[in-house]
Amino acid sequence: MTDVTQDLPLAVEPPPRATSGPFGWLRANLFSSVSNTILTVLAVALLAVTIPPLVRWAVFDAVWSAPNSRACHGAGACWAFIHEKLRFIFFGTYPYEEQWRPLFAVLIFIALIAASCDRRLWGRRLVLIWLAGLVAIGVLMWGGILGLSYVSTELWGGLPLNLIFAVIGIAFAFPIAILLALGRRSQLPAVRTICIAYIELIRGVPLITVLFMASVMLPLFLPPGVTIDKLLRAQAAFMLFAAAYLAEVIRGGLQAIPKGQIEAADALGLRFWQRTRLVILPQALAMVIPPLVNNFIGAFKDTSLVVIIGLFDLLGTVTTALSDANWRGTSAEAYIFAASIYFCFCFFMSRYSQMLEREFNKGRRS
Amino acid sequence: MTDTAVEAPIIELRGVDKWYGEFHVLRNINLDVGRGERVVVCGPSGSGKSTMIRCINRLEEHQRGQIIVAGIELTSDVKNIEAIRREVGMVFQQFNLFPHLTVLENLTLAPIWVRKLPRNEAEETARLYLDRVRIPEQADKYPGQLSGGQQQRVAIARSLCMKPEIMLFDEPTSALDPEMIKEVLDVMVELAREGMTMVCVTHEMGFARTVADTMVFMDRGEIVERGPPKEFFASPKSDRTKMFLSQILAH
Repeated sequence: MTDVTQDLPLAVEPPPRATSGPFGWLRANLFSSVSNTILTVLAVALLAVTIPPLVRWAVFDAVWSAPNSRACHGAGACWAFIHEKLRFIFFGTYPYEEQWRPLFAVLIFIALIAASCDRRLWGRRLVLIWLAGLVAIGVLMWGGILGLSYVSTELWGGLPLNLIFAVIGIAFAFPIAILLALGRRSQLPAVRTICIAYIELIRGVPLITVLFMASVMLPLFLPPGVTIDKLLRAQAAFMLFAAAYLAEVIRGGLQAIPKGQIEAADALGLRFWQRTRLVILPQALAMVIPPLVNNFIGAFKDTSLVVIIGLFDLLGTVTTALSDANWRGTSAEAYIFAASIYFCFCFFMSRYSQMLEREFNKGRRS
Repeated sequence: MTDTAVEAPIIELRGVDKWYGEFHVLRNINLDVGRGERVVVCGPSGSGKSTMIRCINRLEEHQRGQIIVAGIELTSDVKNIEAIRREVGMVFQQFNLFPHLTVLENLTLAPIWVRKLPRNEAEETARLYLDRVRIPEQADKYPGQLSGGQQQRVAIARSLCMKPEIMLFDEPTSALDPEMIKEVLDVMVELAREGMTMVCVTHEMGFARTVADTMVFMDRGEIVERGPPKEFFASPKSDRTKMFLSQILAH
């Protein structure tokens, strides 16, 4: 029956001319009405006023190398400052001779993140790749074996610190968040209460407070002689903080799953964890990719708060570099540079999430 | 209950009661289903028919009475519930296919994880059943790409892949466009001919006449009348049954 209807030839008409082609596009999008035309003209004028001076400042009038900021006279940007302080900004007080090690650590981080984009690797293999990568990063940063000299965490700084806090924090926070989200919806009152209390408590205090507690208060409660590395304490604080927020996002996804999915899985005889892992979570997580990535981006930028407890992340090293008396008046350049690095990572995350969404929605019209 | 069954019934409900809060949704339900028997349950909406068959695989919990399926009593013991669910397949009004998995993955999920079959064996069985519900060419599509009738046939095949002894149907054609009802009913008729034990909640009286061994009429949470379809349709005993049948067969 269906074959017959499919065989009937259907006339295919092209769309009316006015709506297609570049002129059609311009008319439809920029000049469709009087108010729209005014807005278009205003926007073009605004761009004409702002863009050329900005480009002149940042590129044509810029000074690319100079011994100090006084030699940097002229109307342009003093990129010589960045040039001079580049290694300090990226790697902080890490021993100068050994700075190839954090450089490789950063490259490994980027490689790991890139590998995670390949869905063919997803599964046990990716976990192994990550474990190997993290071990390599640990060896490079700490040293003390394989002929590498030992570098104390107090000397770590710059971009590697941001990446360590953000990536490891999120990687560990994610599974915790899933458990918290499931726990909050549990039938067992004790489990539910603990999860709710944890989430509400952490969400109710600022991250800075949690960082302070981890760095200042926690050592007071430890028996004398026992010390936990400050970096580790900050890392734990990030992880616990991110977990509470991610848990609520994931719970949103869980709530959106129709009851029929659970019933169908039950009727097939799947057990609770099988049902959760194979049926519920894949759908729930795919649904909340945009808010999840929103949280990841937030967590990445929050890593700059470690300055509060005396760790020097990228923003911290930039600020420290600015305090150099030879380089007064270069803060605009410094912060633009720092911002552009943050932007690169965050923009990548956002593009990646869009790609994931497309991937997950493939063939899923319903 | 006059005929002496050679075999014990495969489903037994004994004095089953259930409440939703204060609402008494099932009242003293007694029902035996023999091996290979086809039971069609009908009744006005809200009469408790769906709730009753959902109790058989514990999607709903009964609060009084006994339910024994394939010799196992349903209690809150998870082991028993799992054992029964392995033997009882269910087809839902809203299909409830897993939208993130392909048709083939929908069919092999439970055999692989519950029956512990190797993947290739599970896929072989899945393709066999897709063939039987006449959509072998859709194996690699996602449920959202299929029509309602095709989705429901995939759902039937998904249940069959677990090789259940009993199939429950909860208004399987109620969410379908009229032109797709037949393709689903055809599959169900074929299944009935092969001797599957079936309990089916439906308003499709043509289907009931063709396949049912026993008709059950429910109203306000109780079983009002039961009997072979010939008698049931020709000479219903209770007034409530007469009224229901006159409404449903009027046009």
